[in-house]
Amino acid sequence: MTKVGIASYGITKFSKEDSKIESVLLNSVKKLFDSNSNLNRNDIDAVLVSTNNNSKYLSAVLSEMAGIEPKIAHTVESLCNSGTNAIVSAYSYIASGLADMVLVSGAERYDSPGQVLEWDNSRGEFKHPIFWASIFTKSYKREFSITDEELAIVPVKNHKQAQNNPNAISEKLYSLEDVINSKKLTDDLRLLDCSRPCTGGASILLASEKTCKNCTDNPIWITGIGQKTTSAGFTKNMTFSSMVSTQEAASTALKMSKRDAKDIDVAEVHDAFSVCEPMALESLGLSDKGKGLELINELYATNNLKINPRGGLIGSGHPLGATGLAQTIEITQQLQLCANKRQVDNAKVGLVHNMSAAATSSTVLVLEK
Amino acid sequence: MNFESELKKGKLIIPECNHCNKIVWPPSEFCNQCFNEVSWRTGSSKGKIIEFSKQNDNYFGLIEIENSIRVLGKISSGIPNLGQHVKIEKCGIKDGSYYFEFLLI
Ligand SMILES: [Zn+2]
Repeated sequence: MTKVGIASYGITKFSKEDSKIESVLLNSVKKLFDSNSNLNRNDIDAVLVSTNNNSKYLSAVLSEMAGIEPKIAHTVESLCNSGTNAIVSAYSYIASGLADMVLVSGAERYDSPGQVLEWDNSRGEFKHPIFWASIFTKSYKREFSITDEELAIVPVKNHKQAQNNPNAISEKLYSLEDVINSKKLTDDLRLLDCSRPCTGGASILLASEKTCKNCTDNPIWITGIGQKTTSAGFTKNMTFSSMVSTQEAASTALKMSKRDAKDIDVAEVHDAFSVCEPMALESLGLSDKGKGLELINELYATNNLKINPRGGLIGSGHPLGATGLAQTIEITQQLQLCANKRQVDNAKVGLVHNMSAAATSSTVLVLEK
Repeated sequence: MNFESELKKGKLIIPECNHCNKIVWPPSEFCNQCFNEVSWRTGSSKGKIIEFSKQNDNYFGLIEIENSIRVLGKISSGIPNLGQHVKIEKCGIKDGSYYFEFLLI
């Protein structure tokens, strides 16, 4: 089986702009081609689009607009982890030999229909994500004796880190008091605890080892993949203070890459809401149970950017179909040592954690130089 | 019997697999373990609180009915506690979404 690497990438600014989904897709693809002059459109065997947008036939549309005539073209949708699902599909096409080079492009508009899972009637009239987030937060606080004030460090840190990410939607620093005093959505969730839906696009070009080395001097390899879907319905979760699908996906990905959680130098984790960051760190094995916030506080105090250097979802914004790709681009830049002010010293092994619908589905990727 | 037409009338009916001896949830015509057709019966109107939170002045929570059905619903009386028992006050379908309202008992 060939190694699969990242040959190029492109990303747009995340914003509240009212752009057509097709133009969001094309913008990040244009940036991908602009950033690598060795690419030939004729070498692209597959074009995969990651989005929750309701427009149809987007891979064929994007291919036509970008002057590509791929063998394989289709959309991948899995709510908030559509992006990493598309990367895993691309990886599989290349590893199987069905394709040698695959373009994956994710995009979303601020008004995405992917924000609410209409099917999940077990949530009753509480279908908006703020309700599962409230239940998670309440449960996590209870289990580990955590306060709202302690959780507020997550948005403080991630907005701060986003200030060095030119593509992030956040343009402001917030204090712990700002978070606590922001609009109360429920007893357990405030406005600044939430990532924001936005318009944004991100694209990655994946290729087999030989092709990847031919078109870039600085390839980054996907060495581990783990995925797990435990259910679709939020209420099927048996615990609300940890992420079972993330635990399983992490263990599979680390095993495949022959790595241990302690080898991870930098990670993008799916902080859809404040509580998700410590829960994800614990479920990924990057911290002990109930100690996620201790790690976050320690990193913040020492200005260590190891977790969510681009600002995570809370700081960068969350254009659903582009998020997993944007996370992967950040880790790629970190490993290429070209993350500028966001650079984590000597990053060699990176991890991406991308999940959907109250952690009912998770993807974990391990990336290496 | 049809789950949604009964729920529209304010009645919770429960799909059960007689082969596997289990409740099938979310509601379905077929068992998700053996794919045999389920049978329908009137469900218990009682449940217990697994977790809860509050929006404005209204409590809402995750309620477990008959040790297997879990739904999010309003808790419309008093201050809830974990593990506390509740009964269904109202349920139905509004704008395509199910709704459940519980009272503390
Ligand atoms: Zn059965």
